[in-house]
Amino acid sequence: MTFVSNLINGISLGSVYAIIALGYTMVYGIAKMLNFAHGDVIMVGAYASYCTMIYLNWHPLLSILFSIVVCTILGVVIEAFAYKPLRRAGSLAVLITAIGVSYLLQNAALLIWGSTPKIFTSVVNIKPLSLFGGKLTITAESIVTVAACVLIMIGLTLFTQKTKMGKAMRAVSEDKDAAELMGVNVNTTISTTFAIGSALAAVAGVLLCSAYPTLVPTTGSMPGIKAFTAAVFGGIGSIPGTMLGGILLGIIEIFSKSYISTSLSDAIVFAVLIIVLLVKPTGILGKKVTEKV
Amino acid sequence: MDRMVPYPSNSIVPERDVDKRPVLETHHLGIDFGGLTAVDDFSITVGRSEIAGLIGPNGAGKTTVFNLLTNVYQPTRGDIILDGVSTSRKTTAQINKMGIARTFQNIRLFANMSVMDNVKIGMHNSINQNLLSAFTHGFGYRRSEKASRDEAMELLEFFNMEDVAGAEAGALPYGAQRRLEIARALATHPKIILLDEPAAGMNPSETAELMENIRRIRDNFNIAVMLIEHDMNLVMNICEGICVLDHGKVIAKGSPDEIKSDAKVIEAYLGKKKEADNNA
Amino acid sequence: MIKFRSLSKSARTGITSYSIILLAFAILFPLQNLGIINHSISGQLVPICTYIVMALSLNLTVGFLGELSLGHAGFVSVGAFTGVIAASSLQDKVSPDPLRLVIAIIIGGIFAGIVGLLIGIPVLRLRGDYLAIVTLAFGEIIKNIINCLYVGVDNKGLHFSMTDIKSLGMENGRVILNGPQGAVGIEQIASFTAGIILILFTLFVILNLVNSKAGRAVMAIRDNRIAAESVGISITKYKLTAFITSAVLAGMAGALYAMNYSTIAAKKFDFNTSILILVFVVLGGMGNIVGTIISTVILYMLPELLREFSDYRMLIYAIILILVMLVTNNDRIKLIRANASAAIMSWLRKAMSRTKNQPKGKEDAHNG
Repeated sequence: MTFVSNLINGISLGSVYAIIALGYTMVYGIAKMLNFAHGDVIMVGAYASYCTMIYLNWHPLLSILFSIVVCTILGVVIEAFAYKPLRRAGSLAVLITAIGVSYLLQNAALLIWGSTPKIFTSVVNIKPLSLFGGKLTITAESIVTVAACVLIMIGLTLFTQKTKMGKAMRAVSEDKDAAELMGVNVNTTISTTFAIGSALAAVAGVLLCSAYPTLVPTTGSMPGIKAFTAAVFGGIGSIPGTMLGGILLGIIEIFSKSYISTSLSDAIVFAVLIIVLLVKPTGILGKKVTEKV
Repeated sequence: MDRMVPYPSNSIVPERDVDKRPVLETHHLGIDFGGLTAVDDFSITVGRSEIAGLIGPNGAGKTTVFNLLTNVYQPTRGDIILDGVSTSRKTTAQINKMGIARTFQNIRLFANMSVMDNVKIGMHNSINQNLLSAFTHGFGYRRSEKASRDEAMELLEFFNMEDVAGAEAGALPYGAQRRLEIARALATHPKIILLDEPAAGMNPSETAELMENIRRIRDNFNIAVMLIEHDMNLVMNICEGICVLDHGKVIAKGSPDEIKSDAKVIEAYLGKKKEADNNA
Repeated sequence: MIKFRSLSKSARTGITSYSIILLAFAILFPLQNLGIINHSISGQLVPICTYIVMALSLNLTVGFLGELSLGHAGFVSVGAFTGVIAASSLQDKVSPDPLRLVIAIIIGGIFAGIVGLLIGIPVLRLRGDYLAIVTLAFGEIIKNIINCLYVGVDNKGLHFSMTDIKSLGMENGRVILNGPQGAVGIEQIASFTAGIILILFTLFVILNLVNSKAGRAVMAIRDNRIAAESVGISITKYKLTAFITSAVLAGMAGALYAMNYSTIAAKKFDFNTSILILVFVVLGGMGNIVGTIISTVILYMLPELLREFSDYRMLIYAIILILVMLVTNNDRIKLIRANASAAIMSWLRKAMSRTKNQPKGKEDAHNG
């Protein structure tokens, strides 16, 4: 039974990674940049939800909505002020700017909320599900997280396949200049991508802190890095690949924690990532890109 | 034997080279890209001091042949024999050491480095300098650097580029960049040099100079030249053997005169006669 | 005497960078010994020196080889801890401090180089962002493993364990590495002089490498991999050469850095440190040696200089970082700067010519 319960915990943690990783993947696919500030948007989302629930006594659902709005605006603002002016600059310049934004968010959070951890109250007030006469308990958070992840994946797939904006996004990610010549508004498309990615970050932040309730200004950075590796692991730029990468990463992490070593679990997660990339250099579901000579 | 210029032939090349081992042979070379055959059954022979031409309509697979010869793409089928030795399972770098140098259709210089450094990089495998002397600048560093500088200068003089030796390669005018790319390829001491559209984007006087240069390269360095070119004037003037490629297959081989009158070649370039009639 | 401007670019870089370092030493060394500069700055001298070496060595990978590495702190870490272990275990055997320090730095460099080789062979096959993410992963793995490592020394030699101190099985030995707490009881034998010598050594190695056959091959790979292969350069060999050199120098810096503190934990060399070093390199200019030295000093001192803003200093640091990137990389701002400087130059030229031949200048003004 511990195996099953570990598996469920792994899938649940993996779902959070997957939701975060989707934000990375979409932005990477379209703006070809590693948005290192993405992890910190998660943290802001979690704080936004925490504050409204604790200080204003808002209903959890309302607080989630508020957090989504805050993060969406934050994402669009960051893109407009920090990344848009660098659209034609080298990728390293954008990377360093993203790191600057990440420092900015972390230190702003440190000034506002201090370094003492806040204890996040779960947004899910449902009793855990007990199966097999109590042998296996599944927390409501797990169920909600996995459900949210599945819904988001279906929603995003439909969005990118069926809607006009989704098609514009795919066009921009294939060839920005050609898309622009075909009348796609590249700026709006990139802004929308950041908005969606950041909204997902808010959801991920709330779900992450519901399961692991310690909230500090650096809460987002490690899950951010891991989610990014998850995106690369599954094949960055591909929605199903990213999803798969996130969930696998969660499962590997939980399993190595419970069967091998708690303190070495991160090392194992990263080692698996390296092995996968060496065998399949563009990730599990990534496309092979060949250079034209 | 499957010669680039069929023997016996009225062309002068085989007479000169026929008793020597060919510098390059390919046997039934082919490559598929995801089920699509890009080049198939490509068999040629190039003489030791031959100037050979590879022509064909756009998308015929000419550059792909060069990429196969230098193992930028790995052949799906067939063999490449360079001066009697098979190049299979060799890397691009090893093939260059064996004697194939090339230029690129879209110029690939080391744009941020000086013209001199570009040529020196071409001489990479002939410069006698180990890592110890690289890190310490002792142990024969000065001697090897001076030797490489002198040889690079000679090559630049050959192309009338000695004045721009210190300039940044990326800042050179287009024609000079093309010449530098050839100089860099020659610096690797090849047995055969592959030129991918050397006259692209050049005006008539530059093209004339290029033709002269190609002949001088063959005579001075005593190597074979194989070129891809769309400028038929250039090809018919300097090439001794020509191979025509269409849809990845060789449709004709022979001397310029033979190629000019070949029905298949005319068809490949101008379309079928029937269609032309229908259109008219 | 040869004019400075007529020298080749690389010779100028060499002269400028060596003189900056020697000048800094000539000024700061007496000041430090006389106790004129305040304690907080004097304590920063060794870290600044080591960060310069870390940044210069990373510049070899990022600027000259053109591969983004996000795990440079991992090599620093390997060097730091192997260096500390070497110095601690030789404490009773090699008595002169400087000699022990040199041995520690060399051991640190060698082990970082070995790790660089082990990582480089698989990693350098990957390209671009994938390489970046794998170096990041390796950095985290190194941190994680050192976090679980227990090392002690007694008269029988070194003892290693991955579980706890007890399992080292020592009788009245000394613990060197204590798991998550890191290295403890380090003798602080690092000195500013050693830092300067290490920088000079680093400059010597990097500048020599860049102006050699191997260095040209490395830069050729950066500029155009396919063309480099086509002229017979073995990509793997030269990528590894640059990568391992970079790792060795980072490891040496790590050893010296660790010897400046009494305790040091593995989490000091995490992802954020890698990023910090990368920021020094990018702001200093990729492949720009002098720029890297200057940007490291300024950016390292910036939080210190912003100390009066206390809580706000890191926030201000972040804003400065973003603004600098925007100002130096935005096309429109670049254009404004270029136009402004062109306008100033032409105005200066006009002013000059006016003073030279006044009547003509006046006429021009009338006509205008």
